[in-house]
Amino acid sequence: MKTMLLAFACIAVIAVGAWYGLHQAGFSIQEVTTRSSVRLN
Amino acid sequence: MRREWEIGKESRMLRTICALFLASLIAFASAVTAQEVRPPEGAQEPRAETGGAQTLEDILARERGQLVEGSFRSDNIGGNIDATQFAPALGPLGVASDSDIWRRLRFDKAQVTLSSDGAAAAPASSVTIQDAGMWWLDFRRGPLATYGGYLLLGTLALLALFLLIRGRIRIDGEKTGRKITRFKAVERFGHWLTAGSFILLGITGLISLFGRMGLIPLIGKEAFAPLAQAGKWVHNNVAWAFMLGLVMIFAMWVIENIPNRHDLKWLAVGGGLFSKNVHPPARKFNAGQKIIFWAVIVLGVSISISGLALLFPFQLPMFAKTFVILNDTGLPQWLGFGALPETLTPHQEMQLAQLWHAIVAFVFMAIILAHIYLGSIGMEGAFDAMGSGEVEEQWAREHHGLWIEELKSEGGTSRATPAE
Repeated sequence: MKTMLLAFACIAVIAVGAWYGLHQAGFSIQEVTTRSSVRLN
Repeated sequence: MRREWEIGKESRMLRTICALFLASLIAFASAVTAQEVRPPEGAQEPRAETGGAQTLEDILARERGQLVEGSFRSDNIGGNIDATQFAPALGPLGVASDSDIWRRLRFDKAQVTLSSDGAAAAPASSVTIQDAGMWWLDFRRGPLATYGGYLLLGTLALLALFLLIRGRIRIDGEKTGRKITRFKAVERFGHWLTAGSFILLGITGLISLFGRMGLIPLIGKEAFAPLAQAGKWVHNNVAWAFMLGLVMIFAMWVIENIPNRHDLKWLAVGGGLFSKNVHPPARKFNAGQKIIFWAVIVLGVSISISGLALLFPFQLPMFAKTFVILNDTGLPQWLGFGALPETLTPHQEMQLAQLWHAIVAFVFMAIILAHIYLGSIGMEGAFDAMGSGEVEEQWAREHHGLWIEELKSEGGTSRATPAE
């Protein structure tokens, strides 16, 4: 059961890591395909 | 020989006469039909009363769900007059009317120039209107949600019925009290990484599909909004753990899941699932588990690819390319679908990716529900394989007889006490 809990904890770590990493890399469609001239923030 | 030749000649002639007769019948029928549908002298063109625009009958036909051939609109985009002779008196639209311009935009025939630089512009940004979205929306909240829901509920009902009729599959023989290591820690880790992320993805996917029709009436929009937002975050980011788990279980178990002759014996008796004291031979994975394994791999890869296409919008279009390959095989035409569209707008690619993602997900969830059932309440001793990794020797003997013989011949790994 410890292995199962460890795997579940890893899911959380991978998810947060993926979110952080992808946003650091500027992957979102908003960042990839728009410019300040056409988006009002 | 001569007689045979003559018979053959007569037969060919008879066939030719029959063919001519049939052809003349068809030609006659066509001529009659053509005469019947030919408009009388002086009759007006279709939609003459509206100047070529759609009529009330067109609108009513669409409301009845009938297909209205739309070229009278999609081809009516103006621009067939040389505007230079009138310019600049006609202003910025030239000889095109407002309606012409909107039809050009709607049917993707307009020359759209973007204000952002072309290299960085989204592939979809030059498409300003595309009405395939309504078909997608109708399909998503109609057949997809309806039949997908039926599939999951039907699977649960079948499993409940199976439990009622068959009961829990018990260990038939006497338990030995000895344990055998079935799965090592790394194998169980890979399994639970895939399983845990799959359950999260399944639940959040169902919230995404059924939330508007199922949850908002129950909990209200205010409560649903953060739930939907959190669900989207979980779905997008947990997907990476699922893909990693998929790679792990494939690498660890693919060799032992290659089909062999024992699988046929296992399948012939339904794996002994439907009757007591029937234990077909199986190695580490029986035929049922192999079916689950390959279903997980094939569906998992498919759902991962369509999921990546959704995660990176417009970056991974694949349906038009797939349709070209399918059309070349002739399969869609043979099945009566006709040739599939080989040119799709970026939005249509996304819509098809979403539908495919959901269809695969429903099939995947139905299979995994059966797997979860058999791995937990459905079979005594099964959960231990992925729980502690140690299974009762008698359980292993009954469900994986050849595997335990291999273990014994290699020196055996039985122990008197559980490892956990």
